[in-house]
Amino acid sequence: MKKRGSNPAKTAKRPGKITRMFLTLFDVGQFIVRFFKEGFLPPYEGRELINQCYNIGYRSLLLISTTGFITGMVFTKQSRPSLSEFGATSWLPSLVAIALLRTLAPLLTGLIAAGKVGSSIGAELGSMRVTEQIDAMEVSATNPFKFLVSTRVLAATITIPILTFYTAMVGMLGALLNVTVNEGTSAAAFFQSSLESITFLDIIASTFKAIIFGFTIGVVGCYQGYNSSKGTEGVGKAANSSVVIAMFLIFLEEVISVQFFSLFRSV
Amino acid sequence: MQQKAVTDFSKERVIEIKHLNKSFGPLDVLKQVDLELYKGENLVVLGKSGTGKSVLIKILVGLLKPDSGSVVVLGKKVDQISYKELLALRLKVGFSFQNSALYDSMTVRENLEFPLVRNQRSISKAEKNKAVEEILEAVGLSQAINQMPSELSGGQRKRIGIARTLILQPEIMLYDEPTAGLDPITCLDINSLINEVQERFHTSSIVITHDLTCAKAVGNRIAMLLDGKFACQGTFDEVFGHKDERVKAFYDYNFIE
Ligand SMILES: Nc1ncnc2c1ncn2[C@@H]1O[C@H](COP(=O)(O)OP(=O)(O)OP(=O)(O)O)[C@@H](O)[C@H]1O
Ligand SMILES: [Mg+2]
Repeated sequence: MKKRGSNPAKTAKRPGKITRMFLTLFDVGQFIVRFFKEGFLPPYEGRELINQCYNIGYRSLLLISTTGFITGMVFTKQSRPSLSEFGATSWLPSLVAIALLRTLAPLLTGLIAAGKVGSSIGAELGSMRVTEQIDAMEVSATNPFKFLVSTRVLAATITIPILTFYTAMVGMLGALLNVTVNEGTSAAAFFQSSLESITFLDIIASTFKAIIFGFTIGVVGCYQGYNSSKGTEGVGKAANSSVVIAMFLIFLEEVISVQFFSLFRSV
Repeated sequence: MQQKAVTDFSKERVIEIKHLNKSFGPLDVLKQVDLELYKGENLVVLGKSGTGKSVLIKILVGLLKPDSGSVVVLGKKVDQISYKELLALRLKVGFSFQNSALYDSMTVRENLEFPLVRNQRSISKAEKNKAVEEILEAVGLSQAINQMPSELSGGQRKRIGIARTLILQPEIMLYDEPTAGLDPITCLDINSLINEVQERFHTSSIVITHDLTCAKAVGNRIAMLLDGKFACQGTFDEVFGHKDERVKAFYDYNFIE
């Protein structure tokens, strides 16, 4: 029989911080690969996917509506003084439209969804892990990754872009209210000048960004929850780190994609 | 107290464990464990809290990986088959969790339908309903069909958990402490449920418990896990006629005070 402590795995030193970070990154990489490998193979969990899309949309709708509307209104109000210095308040609609579509709407939606959706995915899967519900799916011959993770990641990736355009629209309504009260511009004129300034590239870039944000929120929440440590503390930690990590990544992705898409812009 | 009749079972092995080792970090939980389960029998695994009983059966269904040794279930080496084969094997092995592990966002009906729908995609609604109602009838909880798990008592949850594994009609059942934390009357119900399952579905089972009343009532054979090894195996009387102090202590604790 082996002597105690002779097993190299047991005597090995705990890996350092940097090593652990790379190990985690590798683990996340595998998680993503597994999503692409298993998520699109039959049997499909269509009903669960629709369920999750509905959940995500429904959970964040109220908060996104309020935030979008107020942001549109306040942004317009704050931009007016600078523009009026040049007597250019007529540019307000296009300025707001571009700002909203290019940055504000994707970023706001992403951050709000990271808070609302990311945390609830992390907590839900975390508590399922802790109470062995995920193991129970395993032993009843179901692939829990497919049922729980693939559906949620896909749902977030589909729903966040839709929510982003919704935020942009609500933001424009906020701006319209402000412009109508102050300049007396008609709704028709407002939308004409704002829509004229939006390019096809803006729409593509925003959709792309929103898809990335949605994917990030889904993957981070699912990864944290699915791999949550045992105990109720693990659930809290999974929910919390889902939000923190997703928000950090969203900012990072925003910076990178701004750089990337500016390559295609003439101005 | 009714003691289970000792019958001679065919020597066909449905589970065969040899020299199994498992440790978590510095903690050696299972050390060179050998065990077999014969077709049609109820094997009771006794042991103190924390001796690795749950770990042992989790290894049997591939939820945990053994460090070394061989684990053969229904002719398949659990730790060496592909994930797809493992899922196919799990169809034949029912696992009822110590804490029931019901899906708490689903009703009792949805809990029971879950394994059915996922494994028999073409099943009709009528067949599905019939299977669910039959299994609820068998565990005596027909009235709970539309309740949420959070509205059930501990004993009811246990029975629904068992029903959820039975619905796939497994060849082997693994019960993790089916009577822990339940009152004596409910324990008797669960004991007779386990025996009924054995007779009706001809399943072979491993029942983990530290409740000797349960062990006596359901076990054809008893195995005692002590310090990571099976110290003695045999019928109830054989095991507790054993000289080992630790076995005696276990018996004394359960029946004298
Ligand atoms: N996933 C795990 N990671 C680390 N240690 C574990 C893990 N699972 C179990 N252990 C350890 O293994 C030992 C045996 O645990 P196990 O759950 O099998 O005990 P048990 O015999 O089922 O006890 P009980 O009767 O209380 O359920 C415990 O000391 C536990 O701390
Ligand atoms: Mg246990």
